[in-house]
Amino acid sequence: MQTKNIMIVGVGGQGTLLASKLLGKLLLGKGYDVKVSEVHGMSQRGGSVVTYVRYGDKVYSPVIDKGEADVIVSFEMLEAARWVEYLKPDGVIITNTQQVNPMPVIIGAQEYPENLVEKIKNLGIKLNALDALSLAELAGSSKAVNIVLMGRLSKLFDFSEQEWINAIEQSVPEKFLELNKKAFRLGRDYEV
Amino acid sequence: MKKLMLGNEAVARGLYEAGCSFVSSYPGTPSTEITEYAAKYKEIYAEWAPNEKVAMETAFGACLAGKRSFCGMKHVGVNVAADPLFTIAYTGVNAGLIIGVADDPGMHSSQNEQDSRHYAIASKIPMLEPSDSSESIEFVKQAFEISEKFDTPVFLKMCTRVAHSQSIVVESERVLPEQKEYVKDGAKYIMMPGNAKKRHPIVEERTKKLTEYAETASFNRIEEGSDNTVGIITSSTSYQYVKEVCGDKYSVLKLGMINPLPIEKIKNFAKSVAKVIVVEELDGIIESHCKNIGVNVSGKEIFGLIGEFSQNIVAEKLGEAVPTGEALDEVIPMRPPVMCAGCPHRGLFYTLKKNKLTVLGDIGCYTLGAVAPLNAIDTTICMGASVSSLHGFNKANEGATDNKTVAVIGDSTFMHSGVTGLINIAYNGSNSTVIILDNSITGMTGHQQNPTTGYNLKGDPCAKIDLEALCKSVGIKSVRVIDPYNLAQCNTVIKEELAKQEPSVIISRRPCALLKYVKHAGPIKTNTDKCVGCKMCMQIGCPAVSMENGKIKIDNTLCTGCGVCSQMCKFDVFESVKEAK
Repeated sequence: MQTKNIMIVGVGGQGTLLASKLLGKLLLGKGYDVKVSEVHGMSQRGGSVVTYVRYGDKVYSPVIDKGEADVIVSFEMLEAARWVEYLKPDGVIITNTQQVNPMPVIIGAQEYPENLVEKIKNLGIKLNALDALSLAELAGSSKAVNIVLMGRLSKLFDFSEQEWINAIEQSVPEKFLELNKKAFRLGRDYEV
Repeated sequence: MKKLMLGNEAVARGLYEAGCSFVSSYPGTPSTEITEYAAKYKEIYAEWAPNEKVAMETAFGACLAGKRSFCGMKHVGVNVAADPLFTIAYTGVNAGLIIGVADDPGMHSSQNEQDSRHYAIASKIPMLEPSDSSESIEFVKQAFEISEKFDTPVFLKMCTRVAHSQSIVVESERVLPEQKEYVKDGAKYIMMPGNAKKRHPIVEERTKKLTEYAETASFNRIEEGSDNTVGIITSSTSYQYVKEVCGDKYSVLKLGMINPLPIEKIKNFAKSVAKVIVVEELDGIIESHCKNIGVNVSGKEIFGLIGEFSQNIVAEKLGEAVPTGEALDEVIPMRPPVMCAGCPHRGLFYTLKKNKLTVLGDIGCYTLGAVAPLNAIDTTICMGASVSSLHGFNKANEGATDNKTVAVIGDSTFMHSGVTGLINIAYNGSNSTVIILDNSITGMTGHQQNPTTGYNLKGDPCAKIDLEALCKSVGIKSVRVIDPYNLAQCNTVIKEELAKQEPSVIISRRPCALLKYVKHAGPIKTNTDKCVGCKMCMQIGCPAVSMENGKIKIDNTLCTGCGVCSQMCKFDVFESVKEAK
């Protein structure tokens, strides 16, 4: 099987690393060769962050390059727009519609672009946009945005719901398990 | 059982399995997690040293005592440890000693892009270079074998993409070698000229033997390709990009040991293909070696000397098909890292900016004081440089800048190498004002303990350096502590200390807002009816404060209630903040 590429992008502190760890565990369990690449340090301080998850028969490079991503999971609207160029021509973007203003916008040096959902769709890209923050809050915590998005992502895979739940169980503390399972189902059942 | 493991965790696993018993390191991205994971094994003694020189000398002492030892650091940390490095290359080891170094091509979290392979060559120390997590475990074991067999410290070189990517490993049991007896041997360990002159030829002989070893060692391997028009010599993460792009098309000489490099193996490889291309990040180390031994190769004229590679870069340079994607025709605002909401550095930097001071900066989270809207920092060079260069700056200006220039340095960085600069200020008497930003943790690398925090790497209580007493004891009479959440106090004390005709230290003390034990007041409440939209509160550059329809808006998911913004307001928009219990 040809290597598949999933990019997880967002803002430092949004929980992108947990999502990539969960995916890594799930894919390893399915018997694939897997590589997950993270960036630590400077970029975690509220900056733009990106994590790469790659799986297949044999994975070499730990990173994903322009035009290679099968799926981009974005935790924030502007970040989805930033990484569009990394998507394959037939790739899919799943994005949280939440808007987090970066410092150049906060201080008025730049504008946050308008109508990004439409603009991305106009490129002919398959875009799943959902308000993952509201769904996460509905599940019990704004921090569960990552699991809501994993729920939505799970619809693109043939894996059973139980396999995903097992991976969640291995990735989150037990006291937040029920909350995260709820968040996962809200994302999975969401109709775009 | 197969496991997904971070490269740095795999190094720690390798240390455990190879029977390493002693680790002393200084944190630095992308090397930090090696030591954090090593500390999780109860069989390994692990500590944070105050700097890399101390870490290396400590690990050397432990190997002298007869236990397999390790010290870890980022590429620039080797500069700090270079003094012991070049001489332990002469003494060799007792039990095995590994020096872990992590380079940062692309400078994700670094101030330069230096290539630490130069250090291996210059110090005549062998260097192994894994390309994934599985090799990271394996190469640690091989490094200890080489260290003990050839009586030398061994470098284990990581880079960001190997250190911070997870790939599959298989764990095995720990094998603990017997502790070696320490035997007094002045000719080997006392490096005064008479002895060192006799050790240097031994080092040169060792390099010859290691070169022979490199000819047949399994980590320098040839992967045969189907097309012999091109052969590729590569290592580390570059190997992964080459295989990603070319698969089994071209033959690849994959080098696991980067110093010393084999000679015959490279010559024979070159004979098997029509032309040889070297794919290596940063400097042309392998390429220069090939040219020195008379093998004609291409490398840096194709790939250049700058930044990290990727599969698309390698594909383009090798003339292979390059995937492309379509970008949005839209200006996407950058999202640079920023000081967190509630960061104690913010109030201090606002005060420095307001007073239009020249600020000599240092290495840590507070380097973010350089970005808009604070723009408060003038220089960032290396660990400790703020304090020493302030002294030089003020001395050279003969008093003209004493009252408008400060150094800013974090608690961990001050312990690392700031205190020596402060000793110079006291000793050679410049009228300088140093501000220690004491947030009670090593922040940027992800919360490591240091000598000022009162806790060690394992989290146990330990001796705590008294910064005030330390500064006084080196000869600074005026030492004052301020709370950076209190803008009025910051302003008054900084002005007073700058006005004094003597050197002074101001300790800006407030724990990092991200520390788990720090309790926050909670989001600040606002009365937006009173807001006139003057944007004064936005001058502090807090990510939780923005404007909506001309009025202040607080992001309640980010705001900690530090209250710095409220001190900027002249219109009573903010409700008073209660001190968190």
